[in-house]
Amino acid sequence: MKISMAEVEHVARLARLELTPEEKEKFTHQLNDILEFAAKLQAIDTEGVPPTSHVLNLKNVWREDEVHDWLTQEEALANAPAAADGCFQVPRIIEE
Amino acid sequence: MEIYDLTAHELSRLLKAREISAAELTEAVLERVDEVEPAVRAYVTVTREEALAAARRVDEARARGEDLGPLAGIPMAVKDNMCTRTVRTTCSSRILENFIPPYDATVVERLAAAGTVMIGKTNLDEFAMGSSTENSAFFTTRNPWDLERVPGGSSGGSAAAVAAGEAVFSLGSDTGGSIRQPASLCSVVGLKPTYGRVSRFGLVAFASSLDQIGPLTKDVTDCALVMNVISGWDKMDSTSAPVEVPDFTQFLGREVRGLKIGLPREFFAEGIDREVKEIILTAVRVLEGLGAVVEETSLPHSDYSLPVYYILAPAEASSNLARFDGVRYGLRVDAPDLISMYGQTRSRGFGAEVRRRIIIGTYALSSGYYDAYYKKAQQVRTLIKQDFDRAFEKYDVLITPTSPTPAFKIGEKADNPIQMYLSDICTIPVNLAGIPGLSIPCGFTAEGLPVGMQLLGKPFAEGTLLQVAYAYEQSTDHHKKRPPLAGAAGGERHA
Repeated sequence: MKISMAEVEHVARLARLELTPEEKEKFTHQLNDILEFAAKLQAIDTEGVPPTSHVLNLKNVWREDEVHDWLTQEEALANAPAAADGCFQVPRIIEE
Repeated sequence: MEIYDLTAHELSRLLKAREISAAELTEAVLERVDEVEPAVRAYVTVTREEALAAARRVDEARARGEDLGPLAGIPMAVKDNMCTRTVRTTCSSRILENFIPPYDATVVERLAAAGTVMIGKTNLDEFAMGSSTENSAFFTTRNPWDLERVPGGSSGGSAAAVAAGEAVFSLGSDTGGSIRQPASLCSVVGLKPTYGRVSRFGLVAFASSLDQIGPLTKDVTDCALVMNVISGWDKMDSTSAPVEVPDFTQFLGREVRGLKIGLPREFFAEGIDREVKEIILTAVRVLEGLGAVVEETSLPHSDYSLPVYYILAPAEASSNLARFDGVRYGLRVDAPDLISMYGQTRSRGFGAEVRRRIIIGTYALSSGYYDAYYKKAQQVRTLIKQDFDRAFEKYDVLITPTSPTPAFKIGEKADNPIQMYLSDICTIPVNLAGIPGLSIPCGFTAEGLPVGMQLLGKPFAEGTLLQVAYAYEQSTDHHKKRPPLAGAAGGERHA
């Protein structure tokens, strides 16, 4: 096993996902299959090979920083699960 | 043939000659939707009223004598991961079930400006992660050629809609084969353009270095017509390419004599269904008969494409999908504190495959594993791309099967991620290299299931793919066949 259930729990926490006990078990199993599959890559010599993050030869795409019309505040907030006073509303973060 | 069986270029002639109005055509396609949708289930949302209004506007413009393009008045469908202003855009996910975008994707805007009529938004595997539409949070779309089988995915709704006559053409998105594989399984033409050819602005991001939007159409001419509208640089997408867009129809009808075609042997090896292989080789002989020069070649790192993809795509996805946090849009599950609100929202909102990929991606990017997985995969991606660069020094086009098998049964691979991933084995290397790939119908198995041939070209050489595909299409009649769906006039419509 490359990845333990404790590691799956840790990674799920990092990704802000809550898993049920059955999911933890199933995912641990399936993730090991996938990682085993990925282990094939270790066999290739990549010494000195540059990584490809992107296929286009584009670097630092600049544009003028100009003001233009986009969404109104109402439009930007229209899909918010909770909004108040023109702001997105979230559960209390700072303790009293 | 019924009205809904016709291609965009055929319908365009009828519209211009005023033999049919855009409103009548839209009504005919909406009737077809009513007739077959209970069996096929291609659409998440049908925009009936908006479609009829848009069609009437085209008719009015024509009555005023305005100069309209070839796609004006043509009913089409858009995969439900592209933003449509005022029309719900779900990504077939619970987390976006009620999301109404405040803007249009660039491709949607361009198609609207060309006068096309959007019939609705099509079903997909949740966030485009899958090869069958079985990962849709809502329902599974069925293959119009055999309702017990998947239409492919993730753009399965877009492919099924076109095959069933529920849209004249559609848009899909392709991250690892999501346009081409369903096109192959449903017997339509599907093109994944070169990375950067078509703006991704307004496409809900899955894996940003691989995603590309493209058309699914009934024939090659329609594919060229749609590409003419959607291609080109966009200031809203910094990864769209500042490359000139040709009139793609000019490539149709050019002969293929002397063109060099390579058959990479890795794509005809173990794992490819024997019948599929035979059908592809028969199709290649048609091109040879037209004067193309065919040789066997090799892309030695092909075997590594799948593991590279299943590191890189989830890594990019885990980052892209971090935005779904229950704050600005989408589902929120209320909880007493912020961290549990995030966790419960994302667990309730995302399906199993999406969560699986977020976890794999987060793991591959986490400290201690980054070099072993993510960086290694990016380096092997370079080797895969170099294989293609070398092959294209010698060949104009490479040909492979699009999918290793014809359409599989619903449920057959649903609980085995790796088996499901293998259905993209022929299409994934193309996204990693960023080159264009086109799937064209090239026959049927003994069971009557469609098979597609994949044509691959140099970066920005979509024109060459259209040229070869058109030459093949004009020598065969696979593109004229329509699935024998119940309710259709005349019963047996196979021939």
